[in-house]
Amino acid sequence: MSAPEISFDTHPDRYRHLRVEYDGEIARIVLQVDEHGGLVPGYELKLNSYDLGVDIELYDAVQRLRFEHPEGRAVIITGGLEKVFCAGANIRMLAGSSHSWKVNFCKFTNETRNGIEDATANSGQTYLAAINGTAAGGGFELALACDRIILLDDGSTAVSLPEVPLLAVLPGTGGLTRLVDKRGVRKDLADVFATRSEGVRGSRAVEWGLVDEAVPRSRFEETVRRRAAEAAARSTRPRAAEGIALTPLEREVSADEIRYPNVTAALDRANGLVTITVYGPRQESESWPLALTRELDDLILRLRTNELELGTWVIKTQGDARRVLEAWQGDGWPADEIRHYYKRTLKRLDVTSRSLIALIEPGSCFAGPLLELALACDRQYMYDEEGTAITLTEANFGAFPMGNGLSRLAARFLGDPGHLAKLRQETGREIDAAEADEQGLVTFALDDIDWADEVRIALEERAALSPDALTAMEANHRFAGPETLETKIFARLTAWQNWVFNRPNAAGPEGALRRYGTGQRPAFDRKRV
Amino acid sequence: MSIDYGERIPNNVNLAEDRRLQRALESWQPGFLRWWGEMGPALPTQDVYLRTAVAVGREGWAHFGHVALPEYRWGIFLAERDPDRRIAFGQHRGQPVWQQVPGEFRAELQRLIVVQGDTEPASVEQQRRLGLTAPSLYDLRNLFQVNVEEGRHLWAMVYLLHAYFGRAGRDEADALLLRNSGSEDSPRILGAFNEETPDWLSFFMFTYFTDRDGKYQLGTLKESAFDPLSRTCEFMLKEEAHHMFVGTTGVDRVVERTATLMREHDTDDIQKYGGIPLDVIQKYINFHYSVSLDLFGGETSTNVANYYTAGLKGRWQEERRKDDHLLTEAATTVQQVVDGRLADVRLPALTALNADLRGEYIADCATGLTRWNRILDGVATLYLPHVGFNRQVGVFAGHHLTPDGRLVDRATWEHDRDRWLPTPADKAYVHSLMRPVYEPGKIAAWLAPPRNGINGRPLDYEYVHL
Repeated sequence: MSAPEISFDTHPDRYRHLRVEYDGEIARIVLQVDEHGGLVPGYELKLNSYDLGVDIELYDAVQRLRFEHPEGRAVIITGGLEKVFCAGANIRMLAGSSHSWKVNFCKFTNETRNGIEDATANSGQTYLAAINGTAAGGGFELALACDRIILLDDGSTAVSLPEVPLLAVLPGTGGLTRLVDKRGVRKDLADVFATRSEGVRGSRAVEWGLVDEAVPRSRFEETVRRRAAEAAARSTRPRAAEGIALTPLEREVSADEIRYPNVTAALDRANGLVTITVYGPRQESESWPLALTRELDDLILRLRTNELELGTWVIKTQGDARRVLEAWQGDGWPADEIRHYYKRTLKRLDVTSRSLIALIEPGSCFAGPLLELALACDRQYMYDEEGTAITLTEANFGAFPMGNGLSRLAARFLGDPGHLAKLRQETGREIDAAEADEQGLVTFALDDIDWADEVRIALEERAALSPDALTAMEANHRFAGPETLETKIFARLTAWQNWVFNRPNAAGPEGALRRYGTGQRPAFDRKRV
Repeated sequence: MSIDYGERIPNNVNLAEDRRLQRALESWQPGFLRWWGEMGPALPTQDVYLRTAVAVGREGWAHFGHVALPEYRWGIFLAERDPDRRIAFGQHRGQPVWQQVPGEFRAELQRLIVVQGDTEPASVEQQRRLGLTAPSLYDLRNLFQVNVEEGRHLWAMVYLLHAYFGRAGRDEADALLLRNSGSEDSPRILGAFNEETPDWLSFFMFTYFTDRDGKYQLGTLKESAFDPLSRTCEFMLKEEAHHMFVGTTGVDRVVERTATLMREHDTDDIQKYGGIPLDVIQKYINFHYSVSLDLFGGETSTNVANYYTAGLKGRWQEERRKDDHLLTEAATTVQQVVDGRLADVRLPALTALNADLRGEYIADCATGLTRWNRILDGVATLYLPHVGFNRQVGVFAGHHLTPDGRLVDRATWEHDRDRWLPTPADKAYVHSLMRPVYEPGKIAAWLAPPRNGINGRPLDYEYVHL
């Protein structure tokens, strides 16, 4: 399959695969995938299986629930087909996809699932899975991202992770990790579960910790509603708040530029790089943080999916640092919700398989929340002349944690906690290049004589290195500090699932993924590696 | 206290020596008897003249006598083992058949057995109230014979689960008793087995059309490389033949009675004479045939292709087929709706095995129509509707085809469907005929008497003691 140009724009009016029902505090996402609605030709989305197109709708729904529905305090995810909750990622789609497509697809899927957990943890919007039919593979993984899993106990309905026995790949979008790390399923039982293609039903699924409760059909709906109501009652979400409509993005796309009101991306195909410029608010603007975050989020997704050969992203800012900081002030609804969204967008940047280089130039506004963009980068180059500065604020010390739970500064100075404490005294003022260099906040401070050549050579050097080696190296460096559920999910997707995806036993001509659906058995190379 | 297993559970699997199987069955059997008590025939009886299999040889598999139903000796029988049997198809073709479940195929084999096993008790549940309206003691006895043999088929599947599938198999065997036809909380696996069989015309149609689907499914499992499954199904097919017989002769007798009334009164409108009008019989055929076709699944199935390649489930009469028995290169044509028209589409034969089996089934169903038209002898004719008529599963689902195979729009379908499928009025009329006749030798007026009794007994024999 050749990768088509993908847009992440959608709207509930255009959903083909799911519908969202609102009933006061409780919303319900009903998955009912259109078999013939695949994003690209070549497969049918049977049994509520999904492709990127389905996931784009799910992401849209999750985002809108957070911003447009402050009243929504619990969200039920359930299946809209007879006897089917969700059968996971579509196998023919996976079998027919390029490696990079599979990786991008799984990464985006993970990010949406983490977003579901983020809504539950930080937004008082608790997700519950009402498994009313087969939940297999990615279908069960979706349920695992929910705070509570209610399984229909009808003697037939099972949850399963059949990837290993049926497809010779992994439940790689967090399934294995969430089993043992999040739900505390014993490793031996997880081993049995993940190798048993028929899965586990009813009370045994509860005993093993795979689900929270198994409920007969006659009490299922009532139980789901009660659990949702209980979750809603615990919610800290503000009452009587006004929703914010996520209106269509203003975006102009040309051959070498993607332009939004607050972000532009100049595509330099000859040199394999993108220059992303974030613009600070042009006047005092309360709406700027959300607008910027949405544009940045969209840009990251589009570049990641559609521009595989632009391997280096140069990140710049332009604007008035003071206005940036003012715009991010504010508490409660919706400021907190926007901060969480910006946090998730920065996390998306953290797990992006591109070299990220920050250029801190005259007229830039890397202050507080925007400084995080520079800190997310693999290197920071700062122009050393009077008037070029960065600004630390309290926001840089924990408001936007990475997947490992640390602020980017804490991860940067993991070996020197004392320095981190000292930096905390330096907030709220402009820090020039020399000082930034001295404090370890930038990689290089370069004067006007050196700047152009140093930057050019660095970028050209970077572009000459192996993209695979760079991706692997950057991922190793970016996440200093503790492992968390989130870092494990991404690391294991990267290291293990993507390794398995590349191996002939899965993806070779006689591998399980390719043979799936032909009626022929896979032929395995039996050597352990 | 030692239990004489050979006496209590007739078998040819050496149950007396097999402690593991004994332990499994000892805990399962009380559950089975409880299930029979709750979900088996609703009509209380003293005893019934039944055939009991006590061995698989020519002599032994049909012993007749009056038995109180709960004391029926549900046995475990496999057809005789052929020590030289080899796998006939798929990637293991030519190798000796398996006497144990290969770990590689445990899940698939277990699933096949569970789905097959789930249908056996389901039909008992669907038919549990029919005894209350039996048209004769002869028919009542046949109903119970079918019921106990479906119960035995459940035993046969449970035997396989207990003997070869370890703990997971025992759990599945228990679940076969927990699911119940039509239950809201735990229905049977296949939708068609969750509808009550409401009247005896439906029962005859069910045993003709739906049990025949079972026959063909068993026929494919008889080819399995897993020899115990193959031998079990081979023996089940012998009993299934009786169920077909009940259906075939049942419809025969309804048609015969209808033809007689039509001739006697020279009219199609025989309701006032207590017969079932031919168009109602046709509508019942249309309904039961089309829902039975749905049981074959979609025309293309990757699962079934996998089963074939692995040697788990073959084709009907696999060994009589003249091809490579691998089908990796073979193609076949399947009729589909393409751009609003019926067209033959070429597909890989391996993934179109459901359509292949369905084709065999359709040809077999047609023999009944020939039979019934011979009985009608020119008074009128019955037909099998087009394969795409009234389908909810596969390539015809979502399309509207008439019984003669014309594609029509939804409005036409809605307008004419009462001409093709039983209406509430049709069902109410058939229902109104359902009055029990329990007097030996007597028979309800809506069907003809059978040509022969059971096992050489006369028609007025007391087949059932109430």
